[in-house]
Amino acid sequence: MTATVTPAKTSTAGVRELLTSNLRQSGILIAFVVVFTAAAIASPNFLSPGNISNIVQQYSYILILAMGMLLVIVAAQIDLSVGSVVALTGAVAAVVVIKWGMPWYMGVLAALGVGLLVGIWQGFWVAFVGIPGFIVTLAGMLIFRGLTYQVLNSISLSPFGGVYYEINNGFQNGLMGGYGVDTFTLVMFGAGALVLAYLQWRTRQGRIAYLQTVESMPLFIGKIVLMAAVIMWLGFELASDRGLPNILVLVLILLVIYTLVSQKTVFGRHIYAIGGNLNAAKLSGVRVRRINFWVFVNMGLLSAVAGIVYSSRMNAAQPGAGNGLELDAIAACFIGGASTTGGIGRVGGAMIGGLLMAVISNIMSLLGWPMQLQSVAKGVVLLLAVAFDLWNRRRSESAA
Amino acid sequence: MNQILQMRSITKEFPGVKALEDVTLTVNAGEIHAICGENGAGKSTLMKVLSGVYPHGSYKGEIIFEGEEVRFSSINDSEAKGIVIIHQELALVPYLSIAENIFLGNEVKGTGGLIDWNKANHKANQLMERVGLHENPITPVSQLGVGKQQLIEIAKALSKEVKLLILDEPTAALNDTDSEHLLDLIRQLQRDGITSIIISHKLNEIAEIADNTTIIRDGRTIETMDMSDPTATQERMIRGMVGRDLAHRFPERTPQIGEPVLEVENWTVYHPTQPGRMIIDNASFNVRAGEVVGIAGLMGAGRTELAMSLFGHTYGRNITGQVKMHGSVVDTSTVAGAVGASIAYCTEDRKRFGLNLLDDIRHNISAAGLSKLVKGGWINGNEELKIAEEYRASLNIKTPTVMALVGKLSGGNQQKVVLSKWLYTDPEVLILDEPTRGIDVGAKYEIYTIINRMVAEGKAVVVISSELPELLGICDRIYTLAFGRITGEVPVAEATQHSLMELMTLERNAELPVRNGNNVEAGRAQGAEEPSNLELKGSNR
Repeated sequence: MTATVTPAKTSTAGVRELLTSNLRQSGILIAFVVVFTAAAIASPNFLSPGNISNIVQQYSYILILAMGMLLVIVAAQIDLSVGSVVALTGAVAAVVVIKWGMPWYMGVLAALGVGLLVGIWQGFWVAFVGIPGFIVTLAGMLIFRGLTYQVLNSISLSPFGGVYYEINNGFQNGLMGGYGVDTFTLVMFGAGALVLAYLQWRTRQGRIAYLQTVESMPLFIGKIVLMAAVIMWLGFELASDRGLPNILVLVLILLVIYTLVSQKTVFGRHIYAIGGNLNAAKLSGVRVRRINFWVFVNMGLLSAVAGIVYSSRMNAAQPGAGNGLELDAIAACFIGGASTTGGIGRVGGAMIGGLLMAVISNIMSLLGWPMQLQSVAKGVVLLLAVAFDLWNRRRSESAA
Repeated sequence: MNQILQMRSITKEFPGVKALEDVTLTVNAGEIHAICGENGAGKSTLMKVLSGVYPHGSYKGEIIFEGEEVRFSSINDSEAKGIVIIHQELALVPYLSIAENIFLGNEVKGTGGLIDWNKANHKANQLMERVGLHENPITPVSQLGVGKQQLIEIAKALSKEVKLLILDEPTAALNDTDSEHLLDLIRQLQRDGITSIIISHKLNEIAEIADNTTIIRDGRTIETMDMSDPTATQERMIRGMVGRDLAHRFPERTPQIGEPVLEVENWTVYHPTQPGRMIIDNASFNVRAGEVVGIAGLMGAGRTELAMSLFGHTYGRNITGQVKMHGSVVDTSTVAGAVGASIAYCTEDRKRFGLNLLDDIRHNISAAGLSKLVKGGWINGNEELKIAEEYRASLNIKTPTVMALVGKLSGGNQQKVVLSKWLYTDPEVLILDEPTRGIDVGAKYEIYTIINRMVAEGKAVVVISSELPELLGICDRIYTLAFGRITGEVPVAEATQHSLMELMTLERNAELPVRNGNNVEAGRAQGAEEPSNLELKGSNR
């Protein structure tokens, strides 16, 4: 996505072209690196192994929600109900596991089932009745919050304990031994870096075969080395703490799946087509209702995944759980470059948007700033991100 | 003759692009001055400089208006001086009334700063009288057709004490009658002392109305010609605009016509929201392999409605009739079905219905034939890029890269992207709805060439157009459509603009002439009647 094309032969591009050709994406990445560096300077504890694990664990459910929310937003819809659905699915899991004493996976399945039903319900109203997603999910926000109180009889259920608790809070550690630094974690990260390098190389070969511009070889190698270094550093940090967090594995798997779905499948492409121009999509043979339906079904399912993760993290299901999470997820998408009118946005961008908020919250806690200021900071970041996006768009428009 | 406006050595640069270079424009007081040039030549940029959209300081050169140098920093400044621009896309609020629209931003104040609606409506009536519009001022604008909306824009300009009126493609969306009415109005305003600048692609219209014409090409002034001079021909204008001679306006083609491919029988369509209102009335037509068939009709005759109802029932309800491909009935009730039956439809409104302007050229080209790129569930991105490159080369889409956003292309190039999109589905029948609307002369020629290439490959092409010379220039056979009825079928050799127009204006209840165009006398009496209300009969688009 970062290179230009010449028809005759493969040519190579330098750093500058790569950055300027995709400022929308790279802008938010640069902002993230800046904030991350500033945080590292501001507090020595920020880069400590335990803290890196914490950031992942504290924000995992928002990252998961943001993946589904991004697809919803790209389709020019919105989902306000996800906070309530997180609470409801967590509550159902708690009833199954804690009240009825059934095994953890039954709780997971029950929560996913409820999420699926919620998705079908909302997808039906949006896609087949034609009510705007804003209204349907505003209703859903009330309905599912109410149902949560009903399911829990207005009291908290805790603790889950056992494997269910480990979903968000557990680590893979000591599987291969190691002296203070977990070997298994390092091996996994090393393998990840190798796979990533191989995939990058294969993409590059593919592009060369199709006579497209690619980055020059030294630049390509530099990029791979830099990526591998960041990955191995993160791996080392985690390995010297408690090992590989389960939740990180889950988030990464989902990230790979949703990046591929959004960029490489017909379903994903059709979501962008609908958000970009509904009428043109219809006239190109896109089955708009079907796509909208599945986008909401998917959001329901991911809300259930987030509900499981959230209740696991809290080790409890509370009637008021997940309040306001929908707004965090929506903010992550917009900070990550999604357009409010649909058609534009990337899963990777939403992840960086979510992580940016996570890092800001985290550093403010580390520095002992009061809670209320974190909310202010998030709001300011959201405004600045969208302002940057607007400025960037005007700049490119006036250049045309 | 004194000059109302002089734009001297205007140069306007955008990062990396010189949009205008040393452009000079002189407009005499009280004249009608036409500006023509290809899309992207810099006409709109020049008008944006003039109206203050690009403020003083963002361009080089000077503007002299009524003898003194003006430096506008916004559109309000230019309006205060009496320069009003009416854009191609009308800027009316559909749910507000005529009077509310006319005085929007310029409200008629009564006592205590409140709006005096009686006075406003009264003044609106006076202004509407001047532009020849007879409507109740409290009617919402959305209930009027495009032609009348255009008149409201002019009334709005008059309310601002306009001295110099700039009209950007004022007749692009109008039918012939409404265009004629609008041009008369501009002449009327000229007699009232209002100077007009008209940007237009319609050369015969310019020849008819303009006193002087300035040609702009590639951001430079080519020449300003006095239209009373006999050497100021359309050929000279075209030569100036494209910088080369177009030997003919339509490329040559020797038709090689085969068997019928698409046959439509007894096609009847009702209005989507008004039950009982028939939009297409028992229409039957066919297209043969290697043939270009035209559908001629005035605005509101049901041209687009016919095409869209055929293509996946995307217009209308209670649709009855049969569609046959190669003699066997096919189901076109969904877009997927129509595409599966090898039918493609290129919309008349490419921005609203044809393209995803937020996405790049590559993704737009693959949008309708995406399934062809899927292997094992994944889209082959490299193959997609290759296909896009192939279409860029073969259709001559002018862009630095196929990863550029479609929204940044000129109209002609956007149209080529729409064509590419449908050619990639490999259709046997292509329905092209106004394929050259809003695109310049050079690009039109290219589109005609592409059409010729398609029929040479044995495809069947249906062209819907409101420009009769265009249909006469590229078609083998022409059907006329009036009030949803096919009123005639004429081989192009026997057709004239006059005979087609008679068939196109046949009243709803008039007896149809004998098919094949030899007898059009039956329609003559009714055809002569004023068709000014035609536009309201169809859906407003």
